[in-house]
Amino acid sequence: MKVKSLFFSTRLGIIVAGLIIGTLAALLPVWGNPANMGICVACFLRDITGALGLHRASAVQYIRPEIPGFVLGSMIAALAFGEFKARSGSAPAVRFVLGFFAMIGALVFLGCPWRAILRLAGGDLNGITALAGLASGIAIGVMFLKSGYTLGRSHENRMGAGFVMPAFMVLLLFFFITGLLPLFRSESGPGSMNAPVIVSLVAALGTGFLAQRTRFCTMGAVRDVILIRDTHLLSGVFALFAAAFAVNLILGRIVFSFALQPVAHSNHIWNFTGMLLSGLAFSLAGGCPGRQLFLSGEGDGDASVFVFGMIAGAALSHNFGLAGKPDVLVDGVFKTGGVSPAGAAALFFGIAACLITGFTMKEKSK
Amino acid sequence: MKEVNAIGLSCPQPVIMAAKAISEGEFPFTLIVDSAASCENVTRIAEKKGCGVSTAESSGSFLMVIDKK
Repeated sequence: MKVKSLFFSTRLGIIVAGLIIGTLAALLPVWGNPANMGICVACFLRDITGALGLHRASAVQYIRPEIPGFVLGSMIAALAFGEFKARSGSAPAVRFVLGFFAMIGALVFLGCPWRAILRLAGGDLNGITALAGLASGIAIGVMFLKSGYTLGRSHENRMGAGFVMPAFMVLLLFFFITGLLPLFRSESGPGSMNAPVIVSLVAALGTGFLAQRTRFCTMGAVRDVILIRDTHLLSGVFALFAAAFAVNLILGRIVFSFALQPVAHSNHIWNFTGMLLSGLAFSLAGGCPGRQLFLSGEGDGDASVFVFGMIAGAALSHNFGLAGKPDVLVDGVFKTGGVSPAGAAALFFGIAACLITGFTMKEKSK
Repeated sequence: MKEVNAIGLSCPQPVIMAAKAISEGEFPFTLIVDSAASCENVTRIAEKKGCGVSTAESSGSFLMVIDKK
């Protein structure tokens, strides 16, 4: 089946998609997800990593159906519109490392760009710091792109190779729903909070479908403005924010503050630096974590390797305490969260790895 | 006619290559990409820069002829 649609490639198309996704993302916490976590690709991959026992942080272990939903929704759209194409071979090991460090950075902030936007839409002002860090990281990435940075060309593979990530997602859902594997599951903390499985899955399938058609990308939105003065993707991201903000406002769920926001810390330096690393890694890899999932769904093996890198990053992050620690109130005394010395070191190693990648992966002069 | 080959490259690289070719001013030129997303992005940027784009699709590849309007 091959159907052509021009609507989704228009500005109105991406705005409508942004409004729908933003509405769903604001409602998922109402239906049971953790606060300001209707969509968080980094958090959800971290939860899946924990459910598989690859890390043992007991508060963040759950097979989030949203992740399989994003991949499979994108796959359905790509197949329906004749865009499914198995491809890979563009510096996969480098992409694994970029995915790994993108996750380290995101978990220091406690969210990916999607959650940074949604946290801000819920009144969490740390979203501003994070988005400033994200934009700074992307700006560094753009500098590399302008000076000839490239990970090289991918090549077409046999059709079956394109189904690796969708098949992994189907297996996750299968074992989750049937209970055949004793998957880990949080009894308290964010990993214990979830919208009904079918609701999460349907919302994510719709999101994946729309995002594949519109090429929705939170990193690309900023990158295109800096690189080519194009606001097409940004208009979709603004629509997502506006819809989520409006839903939160109507439901009275907005609390403006930096301190003590849900699953968040207000340590500005680490919020900024964490997202700077993520933004740089995403821009060097060509897409935000959501976009990497959607690309994985349409047969992109390189994007799949990036996602596996994120899973590895989540495992190490929680096995060695590299993730950010939330703000806490102990006996009425406020304690700002932040990052461990090992977490700070991981951030600097990550930034160094990204800079080396940016400086060394250059187009060969002809 | 100048040919720009962006097969196997993902955005933003085809867009950067198109923008460079446009700024070099050698019209018309062809640009070939192998994803619909790249084709849409290049078309949007080329049109924004005052160019006309005609595209022919053949087995997953998009041959785009870009000319000054």
